[in-house]
This record gives sequence, C-alpha cells and structure tokens, in this order.
Amino acid sequence: MKQSHNKNHAALAEDFIKDDDHVNWHDGALWYIREKRDIASKQIPEWEALRETASKIKDNVISNLHEYLLQFEANLKKNGIKVYWAADAGEHNAIVYSILREKGIKEMVKSKSMLTEECNLNEYLEERGIEVINSDLGEYIQQIDNEPPSHIVLPCIHKRKEEIGELFHEHLGTEKGLCDPTLLTRVARKHLRNIFLSRRAALTGVNFAVAETGEYVVCTNEGNADMGAHLSEVQIASMGLEKLIPKKMHLAIFLRLLARSATGQPITIYSSHYKKPREGQEMHLILVDAGRTRQLGRPEFRDSLKCIKCGACMNTCPVYRKSGGLSYHNTISGPIGAILAPNLDMKKHADLPYASTLCGSCSNVCPVKINIHEQLYAWRQVIAKEGYAGNAKALSMKAMAWTLSSPGNFAKAGKAGRWFLSNLPFVVNNKFNPWYKQREMPDGSQDSFSEWYNKNNENGKKK
Amino acid sequence: MSSREKILEAVLQNQPEKKLLPEISILKRDDRDAVPGYMQVMKAIGGSVYLVADLTAVKILINEHFDIAKRVVTSLPELTGDYELLSPTVAPHTYDDIELAVLRGHFGVAENAAVWLTDELMVQRIIPYICQHLAIVITAQSIVPTLHEAYEKIGQAEYGFGAFIGGPSKTADIEQALVLGAHGPLSMTVFILQ
Ligand code: SF4
Repeated sequence: MKQSHNKNHAALAEDFIKDDDHVNWHDGALWYIREKRDIASKQIPEWEALRETASKIKDNVISNLHEYLLQFEANLKKNGIKVYWAADAGEHNAIVYSILREKGIKEMVKSKSMLTEECNLNEYLEERGIEVINSDLGEYIQQIDNEPPSHIVLPCIHKRKEEIGELFHEHLGTEKGLCDPTLLTRVARKHLRNIFLSRRAALTGVNFAVAETGEYVVCTNEGNADMGAHLSEVQIASMGLEKLIPKKMHLAIFLRLLARSATGQPITIYSSHYKKPREGQEMHLILVDAGRTRQLGRPEFRDSLKCIKCGACMNTCPVYRKSGGLSYHNTISGPIGAILAPNLDMKKHADLPYASTLCGSCSNVCPVKINIHEQLYAWRQVIAKEGYAGNAKALSMKAMAWTLSSPGNFAKAGKAGRWFLSNLPFVVNNKFNPWYKQREMPDGSQDSFSEWYNKNNENGKKK
Repeated sequence: MSSREKILEAVLQNQPEKKLLPEISILKRDDRDAVPGYMQVMKAIGGSVYLVADLTAVKILINEHFDIAKRVVTSLPELTGDYELLSPTVAPHTYDDIELAVLRGHFGVAENAAVWLTDELMVQRIIPYICQHLAIVITAQSIVPTLHEAYEKIGQAEYGFGAFIGGPSKTADIEQALVLGAHGPLSMTVFILQ
C-alpha cells in the first residue's frame, strides 16, 4: 500500500498542497458538501433536539456498554448469527480467515468498512491467498491505486477524474483519456456486477447495531453492501464495540442525522436491517475492541466513541480541506481521526492533534455533539506530558499556515461561529499553540477571522 | 481468559457511571397529510412518483415507461397476468437479468421518500437491488411524516431482513459528480394508490 509511515502530517500535507488548483478544488468540493449539510439540517426544525438526543443516547450506550454487549450477543445468537469477539486487528483478521478457510472460499467481496481498513484485512487475506475486492466505487478506486481511503464517506475525494480515468484504463481496459464520471461509473457497475455474482462470501461494515433486537443496520447509497450480502452464502459483518444502540426506535434519530450530516441527503438510499440469515446462508458477526475499551477508560476522550462516522467534521475542517485526508496517515482522518489515532499509538500519531486551528467548527457540526476541538486540545497536553510533542510548535504553525494561505472558505466557517478567539479564549494562553504566542491577537468580538486576516495580511487579498 | 471475557471485563472496568436514556417521544410529529411532501422529496432525490387510482393505472404507466419486452418480475398476484411472478426458491443469481421489479412496500416516509420493505415483500432479498429498475406500490394512507412514526409502525414486527429504500442507487465518488445507478437500480418509481 502506498503509504508513508515516516512522514508527519505537516510533511505529507506539503506534498498535497503542491498542486494549487487541486487543493482549491478539494477545499471547495468539501465546503460544498458542508453547505449541503447546512441546508438539510435547516429543513428540520427539531435538528438541535435530535443532536442533543443522539448525544444522550450515546452517553447511555457508553455508560452501559457491558450490558448492551451481552444483550446484543444473546439476541444475535437467537437470530441465528454466529458471534465472535476480537481483541485486536490481528485476531479480527484471523477470525475472518478461519471462516473463509473452513468453507474453502478464496475470493470475497467487501463493502465499505473503515474498521477492516484499520485492521489491514485485505493485505492479511491476500498474503494467505484470498482475494478481496472493495465494492464501494470510491474504495474500489483507492484499492486499484493501492492507496488507503482519504475520507470516511468519500474515499477518493482527493483524486481528479483524469487520474481515475487513467486507473480505469490501466485496470479495466477503458479507452485512454476517458474520464466522464457517468461512463466510468457504468464501467465499474458492469465489472463489479460480475464480482457480486461470483463471490461466495461478502463482508460488510456496520453503521448501527441494535442491542434490543440483535439486528444491525448498514447504510449505503450505491447498493453495494446488499448486492454482495444477498448473493453470498457466507455473510460476515465486522463492527467496533461502540456501534451499539439500545433500541430499534433509536434508529430513527441516528438515521435522520447521519445522511443529512454526511452529504445533505435526507437518508442514505439504502438503510438495510440485517437480522437473520436467509435460507442456505450463514451469517457471522465480529465484535472488535482494537483500542476501544482503552479509549472508554480515558474520561476526557471517551466521548469520541460516540462518533457515527458521518464525515461532517472533515468537510468543515479548514486544515483537512487544505491538507487532504492522506496527510493524516491514519485510516480515520480529519478532526475525529486526530482524536482517535493517538489512542491507538500515541507516539506515531503525536502530530495529529496539532493538525488543527482549534476553531471548533467540527464540534459545531457533529451530529452527536462530540467536543472534538476540546479533545484535540486535551490530547496536546497529554502528548506533551508523555514527551511526544517534539516539534509541536512547527506542526501547529503549519496548520495555521495552510488555513491562512487561502482564507476564502475559512471565511464561511468564521460566519458560523465568529472568530474563534472570542469563543475559545482558553487557546490563547496555551503554550502548545505557538501561533498565538507570536502574534498580537485581534479583538475576537469585532471581526470574523477572515475579516481580521484580510486587514492584516497582504497575501489574503490576492485570493 | 478468552477475548470475549477480556473485552467484557475491560468494558465493565472502564465504562463510566450509568446515564439514563433520554425521552424521545417529543421528536414525533403530528399526523397530517404526508402525501404531497413525500412526492416532493421523491422527485428531489431523483426518483419518480405517481398518484394512481388502482393497479390498472400502474400497469398502463409501466407499459409506457419501461421496456416490458425484457424480463419484468413482480410479487403482486394481481399483476402476474402480465409479468413473471417471483419465486422464493430459485437461486437469487438467476434474477441477474431483470429489467424491472414491481414490489409492494409496507409504507413510505414523507421526510425522506424512503419505502420500508421486508424480505416477505421482496420475495428474495436481492430483488430490489439486482433489478435495473425498481417500482414499488404503496398506499397513500400508509405514508408517515418521519422516521419516528416509521419505527413506531414497524414496532416489533418480525423479519429476517428489512430495508428503507429511498431512491435509485447513486454515487458521487468521482469528483462529486452525481451518477444515478451505481450498483443497484438505475431508477426508482413509486406508485401511490389513493
Ligand atoms: S466526530 Fe461527529 S462529525 Fe466527525 S465523523 Fe464522527 S459523528 Fe461525524
């Protein structure tokens, strides 16, 4: 896999921002999705009540996880689904392998699952002679380019259509230069249909798992999870422990929030509730810890387990938009990735909490009201205390620099909650935010960030 | 100790003091005529929707809009004179070549235009996904305002598989350009029986 483990976020982002036009396109595309989210949320008068309720339900889940896990397991068994528990990525992968090996299966189709990306499942199985094909179009494109997804909802948002056309030319034999999105999608549709029809095993992720009933819900727009699952004789679902919700009626709240927050759609096209295997089919579900119980034990970070993986915090983040998801060198990128990753490997991911301006836009859009920016700040303190901060100063300076290099879209973020200084006075005196120490601070209550910036920076006026 | 025991023990150790579930009944909407809202959203997300008097009208519209020379399947006994009745027992793969599937849905949801179907109504789970075009028949009275009323309606009903389907399959993975017809149907049509 094309992945750089030895470069930090700042260095990787430098690579990404070399192509000015491309960065501006990326920045604008994500901001456009953020705006669609705003429009969709404003059509729901009870939007804030929904967020509040979702957050409280997740509070309950986190505080009662032990009981819900037992209840879910018992109900899964009652429904005829085989349950497995995996402490880490290695154990998860070994379980999948053993299920396939027992059936003599050599090929599997997989729908979008960040967890299996996190576990490097594809590589693991390929080393053991099992071919895996990702069926989500964006993930398929990333797979043939041997690159991880750069966004949890939009896996290849960082790629231009010409690049994708070239990949299709190379791997699917399309005409050179063909890059029309509709035509490329048709080619992929035809190719993947043959994959769906010929694969005996299908793996899906899980969006929500209902303790009360032992069913799990998978949300897609493409229909790829269902095409794989309903044609397979062996269906496997991998889920992190935190995906549980107490009751089926709670799905209403989460499904109302998820797609609107992610892409501005009123609901994903398919919200599939898997409960029992069909005649002649086996269903397996793997519950994965992989650091989640550890995060549960960190009071200031446990709320990160509420995440429903909508991607809204990425779309709104000025640093993410300007630096691209791959610069986060972690499966989950963006603001949420930056608070999940240090839990997995604090040393390796020590740079990520610094890839932020702490503007708080992420927390404002989060459908489950995770205090993301406060956790980013808290991680900086932990990382410094543990002695991993290293060149922290340089890193947070970089994050600021990208944001400032083109304040256009940040201006819009600024309107959502005026210039963050006034909202977040605590960051001013934070010694891990050297940017603040070296510059005279404007009065936050007067100007929006970009207004201040334009007044104070010549470069800002060029754009 | 097995991983199961280890994980459960770590969860018990690390989970914070119990917080109660919030009251969610406040989120429910008053019942009102949800049909116009439903139709508006369905059109906005790229689907087609018709208000019809009966199944004869459905047939006329299907003949007008779809290539019925190709394979058309249905779960509705009333339509089997014209189309092939779905079989619950053949291999799902044999439905790879269906042009149009006409199914009944339990109900529609106005806020997102989704229709709730369970495996009983799909006959085979693969049908609403593998067809090139999908048509679903619901009744006007069945449409609820939001997902809250939808889950209330589903209640504790039994199914092996159930789904909200809200529009033709779609992707915007290539440069955010919207393309209808990713892996599932290229189009979705809902017939609302008055
Ligand atoms: S942290 Fe919140 S906004 Fe970000 S992906 Fe998770 S749920 Fe969405």
